[in-house]
Amino acid sequence: MKEVKIFARAGQGAITTAAILGEALFYQGLYAYAFPHFGAARMGAPMNAFLRFDTQPVRNRSQIYNSDYIIVIEPTLVITQNCFSGLKKGGIAIVAKRENTVLDSPKDVKLVALYAEKIAMEVIGRPFSNTVLLGAFAKATGEVELENILKAVEKRFLGKPEVLKKSLEAVKRGYQAVTE
Amino acid sequence: MRKFLEGSHAVAEAVKRCKPGVISAYPITPQTHIVERIANFVANGELNAQFINVESEHSAASVVLGAEACGVRAFTATSSQGLILMSEVLFNIAGLRLPLVLVCANRALSAPINIWNDHQDAVALRDSGWIMVFAENNQEVHDLIYQAYKVGENPKVMLPVMVNMDGYILTHGMEPVDIPDQALVDKFLPPYNPPYKLDVDNPLSLGLLGDPTVYLETRYALQKTLEEIKDLIPKVGEEFKQLFGRKGLEFVEGYKIEDADSVILAMGSVCGTVKDFVDKKREEGEKIGLLRIIVYRPFPKKIIYELLKEKERLFILEKAISLGMEGPLYTEVKSLFNKPSPKMYGFIAGLGGRDITFNTLEEMLKVGKDKEVSCYFLDVDHSLLKDEFYV
Repeated sequence: MKEVKIFARAGQGAITTAAILGEALFYQGLYAYAFPHFGAARMGAPMNAFLRFDTQPVRNRSQIYNSDYIIVIEPTLVITQNCFSGLKKGGIAIVAKRENTVLDSPKDVKLVALYAEKIAMEVIGRPFSNTVLLGAFAKATGEVELENILKAVEKRFLGKPEVLKKSLEAVKRGYQAVTE
Repeated sequence: MRKFLEGSHAVAEAVKRCKPGVISAYPITPQTHIVERIANFVANGELNAQFINVESEHSAASVVLGAEACGVRAFTATSSQGLILMSEVLFNIAGLRLPLVLVCANRALSAPINIWNDHQDAVALRDSGWIMVFAENNQEVHDLIYQAYKVGENPKVMLPVMVNMDGYILTHGMEPVDIPDQALVDKFLPPYNPPYKLDVDNPLSLGLLGDPTVYLETRYALQKTLEEIKDLIPKVGEEFKQLFGRKGLEFVEGYKIEDADSVILAMGSVCGTVKDFVDKKREEGEKIGLLRIIVYRPFPKKIIYELLKEKERLFILEKAISLGMEGPLYTEVKSLFNKPSPKMYGFIAGLGGRDITFNTLEEMLKVGKDKEVSCYFLDVDHSLLKDEFYV
Protein backbone atom coordinates (compact mmCIF):
# COMPACT_ATOMS: atom_id res chain seq x y z
CA MET A 1 0.00 0.00 0.00
CA LYS A 2 1.18 3.51 -0.81
CA GLU A 3 0.07 6.68 0.96
CA VAL A 4 -0.11 10.28 -0.21
CA LYS A 5 -0.70 13.34 1.95
CA ILE A 6 -1.74 16.60 0.34
CA PHE A 7 -1.22 19.99 2.05
CA ALA A 8 -3.22 23.00 0.94
CA ARG A 9 -5.42 25.83 2.06
CA ALA A 10 -9.16 25.20 1.74
CA GLY A 11 -10.12 26.38 -1.74
CA GLN A 12 -6.87 25.37 -3.46
CA GLY A 13 -8.23 22.06 -4.67
CA ALA A 14 -6.67 19.50 -2.35
CA ILE A 15 -9.77 17.30 -2.43
CA THR A 16 -9.98 17.59 -6.21
CA THR A 17 -6.31 16.59 -6.40
CA ALA A 18 -6.88 13.49 -4.26
CA ALA A 19 -10.05 12.65 -6.19
CA ILE A 20 -8.42 12.92 -9.62
CA LEU A 21 -5.36 10.96 -8.51
CA GLY A 22 -7.59 8.29 -6.96
CA GLU A 23 -9.68 8.08 -10.12
CA ALA A 24 -6.54 7.78 -12.29
CA LEU A 25 -5.22 4.94 -10.12
CA PHE A 26 -8.67 3.33 -10.27
CA TYR A 27 -8.42 3.36 -14.10
CA GLN A 28 -5.11 1.58 -13.65
CA GLY A 29 -6.93 -1.27 -11.91
CA LEU A 30 -5.87 -0.34 -8.38
CA TYR A 31 -7.97 0.21 -5.29
CA ALA A 32 -7.81 3.76 -4.01
CA TYR A 33 -9.36 5.59 -1.07
CA ALA A 34 -9.28 9.39 -1.31
CA PHE A 35 -10.53 11.41 1.64
CA PRO A 36 -10.32 14.91 3.09
CA HIS A 37 -9.77 16.18 6.57
CA PHE A 38 -11.38 19.53 7.11
CA GLY A 39 -10.49 21.92 9.82
CA ALA A 40 -13.33 24.32 10.34
CA ALA A 41 -13.98 24.10 6.59
CA ARG A 42 -13.35 27.77 5.93
CA MET A 43 -11.65 29.14 2.83
CA GLY A 44 -7.95 29.72 3.36
CA ALA A 45 -7.54 27.50 6.41
CA PRO A 46 -4.85 24.81 6.24
CA MET A 47 -6.34 21.42 5.41
CA ASN A 48 -5.27 18.00 4.24
CA ALA A 49 -6.51 15.51 1.75
CA PHE A 50 -5.26 11.95 1.74
CA LEU A 51 -4.95 9.04 -0.65
CA ARG A 52 -4.19 5.40 -0.07
CA PHE A 53 -3.81 2.97 -2.95
CA ASP A 54 -3.10 -0.70 -3.22
CA THR A 55 -3.69 -3.83 -5.29
CA GLN A 56 -6.10 -4.93 -2.50
CA PRO A 57 -9.18 -3.02 -1.26
CA VAL A 58 -8.07 -0.26 1.13
CA ARG A 59 -9.57 -0.78 4.60
CA ASN A 60 -7.61 1.50 6.91
CA ARG A 61 -9.61 4.69 7.65
CA SER A 62 -7.09 6.52 9.81
CA GLN A 63 -5.56 9.75 8.67
CA ILE A 64 -2.07 9.50 7.19
CA TYR A 65 0.88 10.41 9.39
CA ASN A 66 3.78 8.72 7.56
CA SER A 67 3.38 8.89 3.81
CA ASP A 68 5.32 7.70 0.80
CA TYR A 69 4.57 10.93 -1.01
CA ILE A 70 3.50 14.44 -0.12
CA ILE A 71 2.01 17.02 -2.44
CA VAL A 72 2.28 20.59 -1.17
CA ILE A 73 -0.03 22.93 -3.05
CA GLU A 74 0.62 25.86 -0.71
CA PRO A 75 4.34 26.46 -0.03
CA THR A 76 3.78 28.64 3.06
CA LEU A 77 2.57 25.47 4.80
CA VAL A 78 5.95 23.74 4.46
CA ILE A 79 7.13 25.33 7.70
CA THR A 80 3.88 26.01 9.56
CA GLN A 81 2.50 22.51 8.96
CA ASN A 82 5.90 20.82 9.15
CA CYS A 83 5.14 19.01 5.89
CA PHE A 84 8.37 17.01 5.64
CA SER A 85 8.13 15.52 9.12
CA GLY A 86 5.71 12.78 8.09
CA LEU A 87 7.45 11.81 4.88
CA LYS A 88 9.05 8.36 4.91
CA LYS A 89 12.74 7.88 4.18
CA GLY A 90 13.16 7.69 0.44
CA GLY A 91 9.80 9.39 -0.02
CA ILE A 92 9.10 12.01 -2.64
CA ALA A 93 7.86 15.56 -1.96
CA ILE A 94 6.16 17.38 -4.82
CA VAL A 95 6.05 21.05 -3.87
CA ALA A 96 4.65 24.10 -5.62
CA LYS A 97 7.37 26.65 -4.89
CA ARG A 98 7.35 30.42 -5.25
CA GLU A 99 10.33 32.76 -5.78
CA ASN A 100 10.76 33.32 -2.03
CA THR A 101 10.10 29.74 -0.89
CA VAL A 102 12.76 28.26 1.39
CA LEU A 103 12.75 24.49 1.14
CA ASP A 104 14.87 22.84 3.77
CA SER A 105 13.99 19.24 3.00
CA PRO A 106 15.59 16.30 4.84
CA LYS A 107 18.46 14.60 3.02
CA ASP A 108 16.78 11.20 2.90
CA VAL A 109 13.82 12.34 0.80
CA LYS A 110 13.59 13.36 -2.83
CA LEU A 111 12.41 16.93 -3.37
CA VAL A 112 10.65 17.85 -6.59
CA ALA A 113 9.91 21.58 -6.47
CA LEU A 114 8.42 23.45 -9.40
CA TYR A 115 6.93 26.87 -10.07
CA ALA A 116 3.49 25.32 -10.39
CA GLU A 117 1.60 28.51 -9.68
CA LYS A 118 3.52 30.36 -12.39
CA ILE A 119 2.72 27.58 -14.85
CA ALA A 120 -0.95 27.66 -13.80
CA MET A 121 -1.06 31.45 -14.37
CA GLU A 122 0.41 30.98 -17.87
CA VAL A 123 -1.93 28.13 -18.83
CA ILE A 124 -5.12 28.66 -16.85
CA GLY A 125 -4.79 32.33 -15.99
CA ARG A 126 -5.57 31.61 -12.34
CA PRO A 127 -3.25 30.32 -9.59
CA PHE A 128 -4.65 26.79 -9.46
CA SER A 129 -1.47 24.79 -9.25
CA ASN A 130 -3.07 21.48 -8.28
CA THR A 131 -3.49 20.18 -11.83
CA VAL A 132 0.13 21.11 -12.59
CA LEU A 133 1.23 19.12 -9.54
CA LEU A 134 -0.76 16.09 -10.71
CA GLY A 135 1.34 15.97 -13.85
CA ALA A 136 4.50 16.39 -11.78
CA PHE A 137 3.39 13.58 -9.46
CA ALA A 138 2.93 11.21 -12.41
CA LYS A 139 6.43 11.93 -13.72
CA ALA A 140 8.25 12.06 -10.40
CA THR A 141 6.77 8.93 -8.82
CA GLY A 142 5.99 6.74 -11.82
CA GLU A 143 2.99 5.42 -9.86
CA VAL A 144 0.38 6.56 -12.36
CA GLU A 145 0.28 6.89 -16.14
CA LEU A 146 -0.05 10.43 -17.48
CA GLU A 147 -2.82 9.14 -19.76
CA ASN A 148 -4.87 8.05 -16.75
CA ILE A 149 -4.47 11.44 -15.05
CA LEU A 150 -5.65 13.12 -18.25
CA LYS A 151 -8.61 10.72 -18.48
CA ALA A 152 -9.57 11.48 -14.86
CA VAL A 153 -9.28 15.25 -15.47
CA GLU A 154 -11.46 14.84 -18.53
CA LYS A 155 -14.16 13.16 -16.48
CA ARG A 156 -13.90 15.80 -13.76
CA PHE A 157 -14.41 18.75 -16.11
CA LEU A 158 -16.88 17.15 -18.48
CA GLY A 159 -19.26 19.82 -19.73
CA LYS A 160 -16.72 22.63 -19.12
CA PRO A 161 -14.70 22.45 -22.37
CA GLU A 162 -12.67 25.63 -21.75
CA VAL A 163 -11.63 24.63 -18.21
CA LEU A 164 -10.93 21.11 -19.43
CA LYS A 165 -8.64 22.20 -22.25
CA LYS A 166 -6.60 24.41 -19.92
CA SER A 167 -6.49 21.80 -17.17
CA LEU A 168 -5.22 19.10 -19.52
CA GLU A 169 -2.51 21.48 -20.70
CA ALA A 170 -1.61 22.30 -17.08
CA VAL A 171 -1.20 18.60 -16.26
CA LYS A 172 1.09 18.10 -19.27
CA ARG A 173 3.16 21.16 -18.38
CA GLY A 174 3.60 19.82 -14.83
CA TYR A 175 4.70 16.48 -16.26
CA GLN A 176 7.25 18.16 -18.51
CA ALA A 177 8.54 20.38 -15.73
CA VAL A 178 9.98 17.37 -13.90
CA THR A 179 13.22 16.58 -15.70
CA GLU A 180 15.21 14.37 -13.36
CA MET B 1 -20.48 -0.85 -13.60
CA ARG B 2 -17.61 0.11 -11.29
CA LYS B 3 -17.16 3.77 -10.49
CA PHE B 4 -14.86 5.76 -8.23
CA LEU B 5 -17.37 7.47 -5.96
CA GLU B 6 -17.64 9.27 -2.66
CA GLY B 7 -20.01 7.55 -0.24
CA SER B 8 -22.67 10.25 -0.56
CA HIS B 9 -22.87 9.72 -4.29
CA ALA B 10 -22.86 5.95 -3.85
CA VAL B 11 -25.98 6.43 -1.70
CA ALA B 12 -27.62 8.76 -4.23
CA GLU B 13 -27.01 6.25 -7.05
CA ALA B 14 -28.70 3.51 -5.00
CA VAL B 15 -31.64 5.71 -4.02
CA LYS B 16 -32.20 6.63 -7.67
CA ARG B 17 -32.39 2.93 -8.58
CA CYS B 18 -34.96 2.32 -5.79
CA LYS B 19 -37.26 4.87 -7.52
CA PRO B 20 -38.72 6.67 -4.49
CA GLY B 21 -41.71 8.90 -5.28
CA VAL B 22 -40.92 11.49 -2.61
CA ILE B 23 -37.65 12.78 -1.21
CA SER B 24 -37.52 15.44 1.44
CA ALA B 25 -34.50 16.63 3.36
CA TYR B 26 -32.89 19.61 4.98
CA PRO B 27 -29.19 20.16 4.33
CA ILE B 28 -26.76 19.37 7.13
CA THR B 29 -23.05 18.57 7.06
CA PRO B 30 -21.80 15.92 6.32
CA GLN B 31 -24.98 14.54 4.78
CA THR B 32 -25.61 17.35 2.27
CA HIS B 33 -23.91 15.77 -0.75
CA ILE B 34 -26.42 12.91 -0.67
CA VAL B 35 -29.52 15.01 -1.18
CA GLU B 36 -27.72 17.47 -3.46
CA ARG B 37 -26.99 14.64 -5.85
CA ILE B 38 -30.53 13.26 -5.57
CA ALA B 39 -31.90 16.76 -6.24
CA ASN B 40 -29.75 16.77 -9.41
CA PHE B 41 -31.25 13.47 -10.50
CA VAL B 42 -34.76 14.85 -10.01
CA ALA B 43 -33.93 18.13 -11.78
CA ASN B 44 -32.41 16.48 -14.84
CA GLY B 45 -35.16 13.88 -15.14
CA GLU B 46 -33.10 10.82 -14.19
CA LEU B 47 -35.39 10.25 -11.21
CA ASN B 48 -39.12 10.81 -11.49
CA ALA B 49 -39.90 12.00 -7.97
CA GLN B 50 -41.08 14.96 -5.94
CA PHE B 51 -38.18 16.62 -4.13
CA ILE B 52 -39.84 18.63 -1.40
CA ASN B 53 -37.83 21.47 0.13
CA VAL B 54 -38.61 22.19 3.75
CA GLU B 55 -37.52 24.53 6.51
CA SER B 56 -36.25 21.96 9.01
CA GLU B 57 -35.47 18.30 9.56
CA HIS B 58 -38.66 17.98 11.61
CA SER B 59 -40.62 18.98 8.53
CA ALA B 60 -38.53 16.76 6.25
CA ALA B 61 -39.33 13.74 8.40
CA SER B 62 -43.00 14.75 8.51
CA VAL B 63 -43.15 15.00 4.70
CA VAL B 64 -41.69 11.51 4.17
CA LEU B 65 -43.97 10.16 6.90
CA GLY B 66 -46.93 11.53 4.94
CA ALA B 67 -45.66 10.11 1.67
CA GLU B 68 -45.14 6.65 3.15
CA ALA B 69 -48.59 6.79 4.80
CA CYS B 70 -50.06 7.40 1.34
CA GLY B 71 -48.30 4.31 0.01
CA VAL B 72 -45.39 6.06 -1.70
CA ARG B 73 -41.80 4.91 -1.31
CA ALA B 74 -39.85 7.77 0.25
CA PHE B 75 -36.31 8.69 1.28
CA THR B 76 -34.57 11.15 3.53
CA ALA B 77 -31.06 11.65 4.87
CA THR B 78 -29.67 13.62 7.77
CA SER B 79 -26.96 13.89 10.43
CA SER B 80 -26.42 14.76 14.06
CA GLN B 81 -28.64 17.68 15.20
CA GLY B 82 -30.86 16.99 12.20
CA LEU B 83 -31.54 13.44 13.32
CA ILE B 84 -32.22 14.60 16.85
CA LEU B 85 -34.61 17.28 15.60
CA MET B 86 -36.37 14.54 13.59
CA SER B 87 -36.55 12.22 16.55
CA GLU B 88 -40.11 13.09 17.54
CA VAL B 89 -41.26 12.13 14.05
CA LEU B 90 -38.96 9.09 13.83
CA PHE B 91 -40.66 7.40 16.80
CA ASN B 92 -43.97 8.05 15.02
CA ILE B 93 -42.75 6.53 11.75
CA ALA B 94 -41.86 3.30 13.55
CA GLY B 95 -45.11 3.34 15.54
CA LEU B 96 -47.13 3.92 12.36
CA ARG B 97 -45.28 0.95 10.80
CA LEU B 98 -44.04 2.88 7.75
CA PRO B 99 -41.03 1.39 5.93
CA LEU B 100 -39.09 4.59 5.25
CA VAL B 101 -35.37 4.39 4.55
CA LEU B 102 -33.22 7.11 6.12
CA VAL B 103 -29.48 7.48 5.71
CA CYS B 104 -27.72 8.96 8.70
CA ALA B 105 -24.27 10.39 7.99
CA ASN B 106 -23.06 9.80 11.52
CA ARG B 107 -21.79 12.90 13.30
CA ALA B 108 -21.24 14.05 16.87
CA LEU B 109 -23.92 15.89 18.85
CA SER B 110 -23.65 19.40 20.30
CA ALA B 111 -22.49 20.97 22.57
CA PRO B 112 -19.83 21.92 21.77
CA ILE B 113 -20.80 22.02 18.12
CA ASN B 114 -18.75 19.55 16.11
CA ILE B 115 -19.25 18.50 12.51
CA TRP B 116 -17.07 15.39 12.62
CA ASN B 117 -17.85 11.74 12.94
CA ASP B 118 -18.97 9.60 15.82
CA HIS B 119 -22.05 7.41 16.42
CA GLN B 120 -23.81 9.36 19.15
CA ASP B 121 -26.60 10.61 16.87
CA ALA B 122 -27.79 7.19 15.71
CA VAL B 123 -27.18 5.44 19.01
CA ALA B 124 -29.37 8.01 20.79
CA LEU B 125 -32.26 6.71 18.62
CA ARG B 126 -31.71 3.05 19.39
CA ASP B 127 -34.99 2.68 21.32
CA SER B 128 -37.17 4.12 18.55
CA GLY B 129 -38.28 0.87 16.89
CA TRP B 130 -36.20 1.45 13.74
CA ILE B 131 -34.11 -1.27 12.18
CA MET B 132 -30.54 0.09 12.32
CA VAL B 133 -27.60 -1.00 10.19
CA PHE B 134 -24.01 0.30 10.07
CA ALA B 135 -21.88 0.19 6.91
CA GLU B 136 -18.14 -0.31 6.79
CA ASN B 137 -17.45 1.04 3.29
CA ASN B 138 -19.06 2.74 0.31
CA GLN B 139 -19.96 -0.49 -1.48
CA GLU B 140 -21.72 -1.77 1.59
CA VAL B 141 -23.70 1.42 2.17
CA HIS B 142 -24.77 1.36 -1.49
CA ASP B 143 -25.90 -2.26 -1.23
CA LEU B 144 -27.63 -1.70 2.11
CA ILE B 145 -30.04 0.85 0.57
CA TYR B 146 -31.61 -1.81 -1.69
CA GLN B 147 -31.76 -4.34 1.12
CA ALA B 148 -33.15 -1.80 3.59
CA TYR B 149 -36.23 -1.20 1.41
CA LYS B 150 -36.54 -4.93 0.80
CA VAL B 151 -36.55 -5.79 4.51
CA GLY B 152 -38.63 -2.82 5.70
CA GLU B 153 -41.32 -3.12 3.03
CA ASN B 154 -41.90 -6.83 3.62
CA PRO B 155 -45.64 -6.91 4.53
CA LYS B 156 -44.83 -8.88 7.67
CA VAL B 157 -42.29 -6.26 8.77
CA MET B 158 -43.41 -2.74 7.77
CA LEU B 159 -40.70 -0.97 9.72
CA PRO B 160 -38.37 1.93 8.90
CA VAL B 161 -34.65 1.33 8.39
CA MET B 162 -31.82 3.67 9.33
CA VAL B 163 -28.73 3.07 7.22
CA ASN B 164 -25.70 4.51 9.02
CA MET B 165 -22.49 5.62 7.34
CA ASP B 166 -19.63 7.45 8.97
CA GLY B 167 -19.63 11.17 8.23
CA TYR B 168 -16.66 12.38 6.15
CA ILE B 169 -14.83 9.03 6.40
CA LEU B 170 -17.40 7.49 4.04
CA THR B 171 -19.64 10.37 2.94
CA HIS B 172 -16.65 12.34 1.61
CA GLY B 173 -14.29 9.40 1.07
CA MET B 174 -13.99 8.12 -2.49
CA GLU B 175 -13.43 4.49 -3.42
CA PRO B 176 -14.48 2.01 -6.11
CA VAL B 177 -18.18 1.09 -6.00
CA ASP B 178 -19.96 -1.42 -8.20
CA ILE B 179 -23.25 0.10 -9.39
CA PRO B 180 -25.78 -2.45 -10.65
CA ASP B 181 -28.01 -2.13 -13.70
CA GLN B 182 -31.52 -0.85 -13.07
CA ALA B 183 -32.98 -4.12 -14.38
CA LEU B 184 -31.21 -6.08 -11.66
CA VAL B 185 -32.45 -3.70 -8.95
CA ASP B 186 -36.00 -3.95 -10.34
CA LYS B 187 -35.76 -7.72 -10.11
CA PHE B 188 -34.66 -7.53 -6.48
CA LEU B 189 -36.91 -4.69 -5.33
CA PRO B 190 -40.44 -4.70 -6.74
CA PRO B 191 -42.56 -1.52 -6.65
CA TYR B 192 -43.79 -0.63 -3.17
CA ASN B 193 -47.18 -2.18 -2.59
CA PRO B 194 -48.13 -1.65 1.06
CA PRO B 195 -50.82 -3.72 2.76
CA TYR B 196 -52.41 -0.45 4.01
CA LYS B 197 -52.30 3.21 3.02
CA LEU B 198 -54.26 6.45 3.23
CA ASP B 199 -56.63 6.30 0.28
CA VAL B 200 -59.80 8.36 -0.22
CA ASP B 201 -61.48 5.46 -1.99
CA ASN B 202 -60.78 3.09 0.88
CA PRO B 203 -60.82 5.33 3.95
CA LEU B 204 -58.50 4.41 6.78
CA SER B 205 -57.01 6.26 9.72
CA LEU B 206 -53.42 5.99 10.85
CA GLY B 207 -51.89 7.24 14.08
CA LEU B 208 -55.02 7.81 16.09
CA LEU B 209 -55.09 7.95 19.87
CA GLY B 210 -53.98 4.64 21.33
CA ASP B 211 -55.51 4.59 24.77
CA PRO B 212 -54.41 2.28 27.58
CA THR B 213 -56.51 -0.57 26.17
CA VAL B 214 -54.50 -0.76 22.91
CA TYR B 215 -51.22 1.17 23.20
CA LEU B 216 -49.35 -1.57 25.02
CA GLU B 217 -50.20 -4.04 22.27
CA THR B 218 -48.73 -1.72 19.60
CA ARG B 219 -45.40 -1.76 21.43
CA TYR B 220 -45.69 -5.52 21.93
CA ALA B 221 -46.22 -5.92 18.18
CA LEU B 222 -43.20 -3.76 17.37
CA GLN B 223 -40.96 -5.80 19.64
CA LYS B 224 -42.38 -9.07 18.28
CA THR B 225 -41.69 -8.03 14.69
CA LEU B 226 -38.16 -6.95 15.52
CA GLU B 227 -37.53 -10.32 17.13
CA GLU B 228 -39.07 -12.24 14.24
CA ILE B 229 -37.15 -10.55 11.42
CA LYS B 230 -34.08 -12.41 12.62
CA ASP B 231 -34.96 -15.09 10.07
CA LEU B 232 -35.84 -12.66 7.28
CA ILE B 233 -32.63 -10.61 7.33
CA PRO B 234 -30.27 -13.43 6.29
CA LYS B 235 -32.81 -14.50 3.65
CA VAL B 236 -32.80 -11.05 2.06
CA GLY B 237 -29.01 -11.03 2.27
CA GLU B 238 -28.83 -14.39 0.52
CA GLU B 239 -31.23 -13.28 -2.22
CA PHE B 240 -29.09 -10.17 -2.75
CA LYS B 241 -25.95 -12.26 -2.96
CA GLN B 242 -27.50 -14.62 -5.52
CA LEU B 243 -28.61 -11.76 -7.76
CA PHE B 244 -25.78 -9.25 -7.37
CA GLY B 245 -22.87 -11.62 -6.73
CA ARG B 246 -21.73 -9.68 -3.67
CA LYS B 247 -21.95 -10.18 0.06
CA GLY B 248 -25.51 -9.55 1.22
CA LEU B 249 -26.96 -8.31 4.50
CA GLU B 250 -25.88 -10.21 7.60
CA PHE B 251 -26.23 -9.43 11.29
CA VAL B 252 -22.53 -9.56 11.99
CA GLU B 253 -19.25 -10.15 10.21
CA GLY B 254 -16.58 -12.20 11.91
CA TYR B 255 -12.99 -11.49 10.90
CA LYS B 256 -10.45 -14.11 11.99
CA ILE B 257 -12.49 -14.97 15.08
CA GLU B 258 -12.54 -18.78 14.78
CA ASP B 259 -9.26 -19.42 16.58
CA ALA B 260 -9.05 -16.03 18.34
CA ASP B 261 -8.88 -15.79 22.12
CA SER B 262 -9.40 -12.00 22.04
CA VAL B 263 -12.11 -10.35 19.93
CA ILE B 264 -12.67 -6.66 19.26
CA LEU B 265 -16.31 -5.62 18.72
CA ALA B 266 -17.07 -2.45 16.77
CA MET B 267 -19.42 -0.88 14.21
CA GLY B 268 -18.96 1.12 11.01
CA SER B 269 -15.90 2.21 9.05
CA VAL B 270 -13.43 1.85 11.94
CA CYS B 271 -13.78 -1.90 11.41
CA GLY B 272 -11.65 -1.54 8.27
CA THR B 273 -8.85 -0.07 10.36
CA VAL B 274 -9.36 -2.80 12.96
CA LYS B 275 -9.08 -5.52 10.28
CA ASP B 276 -5.67 -4.19 9.23
CA PHE B 277 -4.73 -3.99 12.91
CA VAL B 278 -5.83 -7.61 13.46
CA ASP B 279 -3.59 -8.69 10.57
CA LYS B 280 -0.65 -6.82 12.14
CA LYS B 281 -1.20 -8.35 15.59
CA ARG B 282 -1.54 -11.81 14.07
CA GLU B 283 1.85 -11.38 12.41
CA GLU B 284 3.16 -10.59 15.89
CA GLY B 285 1.65 -13.86 17.12
CA GLU B 286 -1.48 -12.61 18.92
CA LYS B 287 -4.67 -14.62 18.39
CA ILE B 288 -7.05 -11.73 17.87
CA GLY B 289 -10.11 -11.13 15.71
CA LEU B 290 -12.93 -8.67 15.02
CA LEU B 291 -16.68 -9.08 15.31
CA ARG B 292 -18.31 -6.30 13.32
CA ILE B 293 -21.89 -5.53 14.31
CA ILE B 294 -23.75 -4.68 11.09
CA VAL B 295 -27.35 -4.86 12.35
CA TYR B 296 -27.48 -2.96 15.63
CA ARG B 297 -31.29 -3.13 15.93
CA PRO B 298 -32.67 -5.72 16.23
CA PHE B 299 -29.61 -6.58 18.31
CA PRO B 300 -28.26 -10.02 17.34
CA LYS B 301 -28.05 -11.38 20.88
CA LYS B 302 -27.92 -15.10 20.17
CA ILE B 303 -25.49 -14.79 17.28
CA ILE B 304 -23.02 -12.74 19.33
CA TYR B 305 -23.37 -15.10 22.28
CA GLU B 306 -22.77 -18.23 20.23
CA LEU B 307 -19.76 -16.76 18.42
CA LEU B 308 -18.07 -15.35 21.49
CA LYS B 309 -19.04 -17.50 24.49
CA GLU B 310 -15.75 -19.44 24.48
CA LYS B 311 -13.52 -16.39 24.03
CA GLU B 312 -11.18 -15.16 26.74
CA ARG B 313 -11.39 -11.40 26.21
CA LEU B 314 -13.80 -9.06 24.45
CA PHE B 315 -12.76 -5.49 23.63
CA ILE B 316 -15.82 -3.36 22.90
CA LEU B 317 -14.80 -0.25 20.97
CA GLU B 318 -17.51 2.43 20.65
CA LYS B 319 -17.94 5.89 19.18
CA ALA B 320 -20.84 6.68 21.52
CA ILE B 321 -21.57 6.76 25.22
CA SER B 322 -24.62 6.58 27.46
CA LEU B 323 -23.43 9.39 29.70
CA GLY B 324 -23.61 8.45 33.34
CA MET B 325 -23.39 4.76 32.45
CA GLU B 326 -20.95 3.40 29.85
CA GLY B 327 -20.84 2.60 26.14
CA PRO B 328 -24.26 1.20 25.11
CA LEU B 329 -22.74 -1.61 23.08
CA TYR B 330 -20.64 -2.63 26.10
CA THR B 331 -23.76 -2.76 28.28
CA GLU B 332 -25.60 -4.79 25.67
CA VAL B 333 -22.82 -7.28 24.99
CA LYS B 334 -22.16 -7.73 28.70
CA SER B 335 -25.84 -8.55 29.28
CA LEU B 336 -25.54 -11.62 27.04
CA PHE B 337 -23.16 -13.58 29.21
CA ASN B 338 -23.52 -15.35 32.54
CA LYS B 339 -20.53 -16.45 34.59
CA PRO B 340 -18.20 -17.83 33.46
CA SER B 341 -18.03 -15.24 30.75
CA PRO B 342 -15.24 -13.74 28.65
CA LYS B 343 -13.47 -10.85 30.33
CA MET B 344 -14.98 -7.60 29.06
CA TYR B 345 -13.31 -4.31 28.33
CA GLY B 346 -15.35 -1.23 27.37
CA PHE B 347 -13.68 1.56 25.39
CA ILE B 348 -14.87 4.93 24.12
CA ALA B 349 -12.89 6.36 21.20
CA GLY B 350 -13.13 8.60 18.18
CA LEU B 351 -15.70 11.01 19.63
CA GLY B 352 -16.18 14.16 17.56
CA GLY B 353 -13.87 12.93 14.82
CA ARG B 354 -10.81 12.12 16.95
CA ASP B 355 -8.77 9.92 14.65
CA ILE B 356 -8.68 6.23 15.60
CA THR B 357 -5.23 4.93 14.66
CA PHE B 358 -3.19 1.79 15.31
CA ASN B 359 -1.81 3.66 18.36
CA THR B 360 -5.38 3.98 19.70
CA LEU B 361 -5.91 0.26 19.23
CA GLU B 362 -2.54 -0.61 20.79
CA GLU B 363 -3.50 1.48 23.83
CA MET B 364 -6.78 -0.44 24.02
CA LEU B 365 -5.01 -3.81 24.15
CA LYS B 366 -2.45 -2.50 26.63
CA VAL B 367 -5.12 -1.25 29.04
CA GLY B 368 -6.84 -4.63 28.75
CA LYS B 369 -3.70 -6.42 29.90
CA ASP B 370 -3.77 -4.68 33.29
CA LYS B 371 -7.40 -4.62 34.36
CA GLU B 372 -11.01 -5.03 33.31
CA VAL B 373 -12.49 -1.64 32.40
CA SER B 374 -16.10 -0.79 31.62
CA CYS B 375 -15.79 2.72 30.21
CA TYR B 376 -12.23 3.67 29.36
CA PHE B 377 -11.71 6.74 27.16
CA LEU B 378 -8.88 6.23 24.67
CA ASP B 379 -6.60 9.06 23.46
CA VAL B 380 -7.60 11.52 26.21
CA ASP B 381 -5.38 14.61 26.36
CA HIS B 382 -5.29 15.13 30.11
CA SER B 383 -3.51 18.47 29.74
CA LEU B 384 -6.85 19.88 28.53
CA LEU B 385 -8.64 18.84 31.70
CA LYS B 386 -8.31 21.02 34.77
CA ASP B 387 -8.73 19.25 38.09
CA GLU B 388 -10.46 22.14 39.87
CA PHE B 389 -13.57 21.72 37.69
CA TYR B 390 -14.29 18.28 39.12
CA VAL B 391 -15.97 17.22 42.33
